[in-house]
Amino acid sequence: MRVRIDPRAEQQFFRALLWLLTGVTIFILFFIIFYVLKKGLPVVSLEFLTKNPVEMGKAGGIFSTILGTVALTLLAILIASPLGIGSAIYLTEYTRENWVTRVIRFGSECLAGIPSIIFGLFGFIFFVVKLGLGWSLLSGGLTLAFMILPTIIRTSEEAIRSVPYCYREVSFSLGGTRWQTVTRVVLPSALPGIATGIMLGIGRSIGETAAVIFTAGSSLHIPTSLFSSSRTMSVHFYILAREGISMSKAYGTAAVLIVAILAINIVAYTLMNRFMRKYR
Amino acid sequence: MEKTVIRAKEFSHFFGSAPALKRINLEIFENEIFGIIGPAGSGKSTFLRALNRLNDLIPGSRTEGMLEIRGRDVNAPGISVVELRRRLGMVFAIPVPLPRSIFENVAFGARLAGEKSRGRLTELVADCLKKTALWEEVMDRLDSSALKLSGGQQQRLCLARILALKPEFIMLDEPTSGLDPISTMKIEETLRKFRSEYTIILVTNNTKQAARVADRTAFFLDGELVEVERTDKVFSAPSDKRTNDYISGKFG
Repeated sequence: MRVRIDPRAEQQFFRALLWLLTGVTIFILFFIIFYVLKKGLPVVSLEFLTKNPVEMGKAGGIFSTILGTVALTLLAILIASPLGIGSAIYLTEYTRENWVTRVIRFGSECLAGIPSIIFGLFGFIFFVVKLGLGWSLLSGGLTLAFMILPTIIRTSEEAIRSVPYCYREVSFSLGGTRWQTVTRVVLPSALPGIATGIMLGIGRSIGETAAVIFTAGSSLHIPTSLFSSSRTMSVHFYILAREGISMSKAYGTAAVLIVAILAINIVAYTLMNRFMRKYR
Repeated sequence: MEKTVIRAKEFSHFFGSAPALKRINLEIFENEIFGIIGPAGSGKSTFLRALNRLNDLIPGSRTEGMLEIRGRDVNAPGISVVELRRRLGMVFAIPVPLPRSIFENVAFGARLAGEKSRGRLTELVADCLKKTALWEEVMDRLDSSALKLSGGQQQRLCLARILALKPEFIMLDEPTSGLDPISTMKIEETLRKFRSEYTIILVTNNTKQAARVADRTAFFLDGELVEVERTDKVFSAPSDKRTNDYISGKFG
């Protein structure tokens, strides 16, 4: 005779198991954040944020690396967003599903799976050396843009696809052209999803090290043009820790990075909620 | 003497190889309410969507024969689809307000056509909302979301939205299928009032609605036009047995 398990005991067991798994995930997340902030926050001061690094970062602050991070991320997003959203619009609104769209989609998914250091290497060979852009914000921005492009295409495509078909019908039936339908009806409705993709892209760009170190270089000077070499916070952190220059400054940089990412996410979601509430 | 404004001659419509409309012949007169009844899948909606070429959006859509509006084939090469759709305002079965304000919903068509003057838009929106008897209910909240209106109000908003196009024809595809009797009554009243200004094509799966408002009624079945007659005649003495079976509720 088979042993029967009491269904209620079974239910309780799996509930506890799933709770435990979730708990471990959340614990790891909070542990990392807590650990970095505990080590790093005491170093962070107004001076740390507004002064440039001195003696390779042993002393002083991280101002130029903050500027470098912001400039590089902004550049990457400005390049990748129009490309990504444009591709997504083409794939969803201007073609029917066929082998071309499948090839494009497959290609962009493969692109998403390539390790960032390969992007770094590609960026170095192509932008830095071949096109002669040197170690610069432009090389780094282009490399990062290519790296986050698949994410933006994918999320935008999904967001556009989820806009109810009847909205398009209404727009067409009211004498809208395809372009008017896309810009006035489809994109506004898909905006939250598209913004999520862009947010993910920002998140990846800010934290990226491997793709940036080969392409934007590691200059500690304040960048003055698109062709200046610049160091991002994550690269700065990597060099400080790796070369044993200053662990406390490294943790300080990491803390600023984490707080910045949290802040960007919170601000973005708040803005999005406010925008969406208007007409829902 | 009635003036024919829409004429179908041996008109067929295919999706892929399957015919949705089979060799339809009919005429629609100016300033009448033309009712189309028939069970689901009989080709009623396909007929409306063939008129404003909304069927073009469906892959594999193809036509044969002639479908003329004021003597011009809607599928002729030189026809501007955008202009055609503006002439034939269409209301769908489910009210679909766009996720915008009431004002912007009504002004949408005019904005698509390039109207930018706030003054003219304001006048237009007020005028169209008055014609659909919605003005009193929404005049103090034109800037709030159209999605917050009730189902019946939303459908009248959709009607106001197409009036803003200044169309010649109003096509309604089962416009009251999701509405309560009172909202339905309001829509029907509005349609009767519109008769003097527009030619109205009303597709409905509610045979009583056709009997109440349509001047003439066509009965579609499996993509074929079974009969088209004065409404009182269709409902009192239909010439085809299938029509009689349908309106007396034997099938459908």
